[in-house]
Amino acid sequence: MSAIHARFRLPLADFQLDVDLNVPGRGVTALFGHSGSGKTTLLRCLAGLERAPDGLLQVNGETWQDGGRGIFLPTHARPLGYVFQEASLFAHLSVRRNLEYGWRRIPAGQRKVDWDQAVSLLGIEPLLTRSVSRLSGGERQRVAIARALLTSPKLLLMDEPLASLDPSSKAEILPYLERLHRELSIPLIYVSHSPDEVARLADYLVLIRNGRAAAAGPLLETLARVDLPVFGDDAGIVFDTLVAEHDTNYHLSRVEFPGGGIWVRDANDPVGSPARVRILARDVSLTLERQHDTSILNILPATVLEIGDGAHPSQALVKLDAGGVPLLSRLTRRSLDALKLAPGLAVWAQIKAVALLR
Amino acid sequence: MMLTEGDLSAIALTLKLASITTVLLMLVGTPIAWWLARTRCWLKEPVGALVALPLVLPPTVLGFYLLVALGPHGPIGHLTQVLGLGVLPFTFAGLVVGSVLYSLPFVVQPVQNAFEAIGERPLEAAATLRAGPLDCFFSVAVPLAWPGFLSAAVLGFSHTVGEFGMVLMIGGNIPGATKVLSVAIYDHVEGLEYGQAHDLAAGMLVFSFLVLLALYLVRKHARS
Repeated sequence: MSAIHARFRLPLADFQLDVDLNVPGRGVTALFGHSGSGKTTLLRCLAGLERAPDGLLQVNGETWQDGGRGIFLPTHARPLGYVFQEASLFAHLSVRRNLEYGWRRIPAGQRKVDWDQAVSLLGIEPLLTRSVSRLSGGERQRVAIARALLTSPKLLLMDEPLASLDPSSKAEILPYLERLHRELSIPLIYVSHSPDEVARLADYLVLIRNGRAAAAGPLLETLARVDLPVFGDDAGIVFDTLVAEHDTNYHLSRVEFPGGGIWVRDANDPVGSPARVRILARDVSLTLERQHDTSILNILPATVLEIGDGAHPSQALVKLDAGGVPLLSRLTRRSLDALKLAPGLAVWAQIKAVALLR
Repeated sequence: MMLTEGDLSAIALTLKLASITTVLLMLVGTPIAWWLARTRCWLKEPVGALVALPLVLPPTVLGFYLLVALGPHGPIGHLTQVLGLGVLPFTFAGLVVGSVLYSLPFVVQPVQNAFEAIGERPLEAAATLRAGPLDCFFSVAVPLAWPGFLSAAVLGFSHTVGEFGMVLMIGGNIPGATKVLSVAIYDHVEGLEYGQAHDLAAGMLVFSFLVLLALYLVRKHARS
């Protein structure tokens, strides 16, 4: 089975990094946590930039590090690509020479990512002849990503690549990261403290708290846990759907999942294309009877699965099953009691807002 | 301005000494500077202090110890004799050894500062792009630190041209072999040949000023 197995223990300033993780060897795995939780150190351990003495790292069957057997591949011997928070381009080289730096160090026979492919994927053709000092923050980061891709890595590591960018540069880069995800089959481990980025990009989520992996699992499953509100106040779920129809009159699109469908704002993409949606727990309210005289467009039949605590003592978090998709709803404890909600009860979920992520 | 044959020979010898010394200094000083810039070993400070000693010691002190160590009964003198090199004091080779030690801090410190200014990040980035340590050093560290290398070479060269006490202690005053410019000027003054002393001294003054000016201009350019 393709997987990444990582076990690291390393003392940090305030606590100890202590993780033993199995994450999928494909797709995007997000390491999510507050700043200072140890997620960057974990990423640096994966890259061999930080040396955890008894660490173990196996990537899709290859052992990169095994303290027990005295194996430690230094960073330059690990077939990985790393994107730092600041682009870290070489100031003494042009954009083209920066890209060539890693490219030239890979034997031609091992180059799986094509030069033109990487350059066009990140949209950096017009930048090639420039000096790196003449690039904007977003451009620098795109060049850094292309530079990492051009080493044809077997594992891509990104350390908050958008964190130091302004909102418009972030918005500029996210589509490139999504394309990367769609068009290349390189597993990506992505460190972030932004729920938005995780919701948009991740397939698999690891929650890092105080140096430990507090939770790990597929994105939807992990976000739907009521015992562990990963995003705190922004609790909610993210799931993938297909565009089913467009209502050009009202600029709406209907996206469907196996057990039902919902209306979202105009999806732009043709019918049949994938769309990821996010529904926040605070935007889902519950009724026992189906409401008819309501402005709410998306009302789904659902069953109460589990009830957990909200971020505030006045609140509860209710996990529902809506045609196979879990939903979270944030209610007051008072409403919970008034409606006598309990696991197994059939309810109607009224969804006030749906965000179309991609 | 009329330079005597002796003066011309002193100038030629000085330039030869400074050139050879500078090349050796870059070869010896760069690894020391790299190690000092990167190590977390407790020896960093003692070694750094040792390298910096010529900055504060009177050149005669360093010259004296070198004379003893390189002499026929000194430890290094024994070694050079066993190796069939003879004894080094009062030879050109002895002068080179002395000059390298004496100018070492002028090369190590600018290069070390330049390496430290690069920081970890570009080296880490290079490692993630498959560059091994040596590759990384030549393809990233050296090009990024080049202003430091330039300063080091200029300072090492001009400091060697300007040394006196050390040269006198270990080289003496042998025309064509160890009699360098600074010693020649001293000789002229002792012999009350002020005119000739003026010619050489003024030449040194102008040379030193131009070298430093060039260095500062290049640094300014490199920063902008």
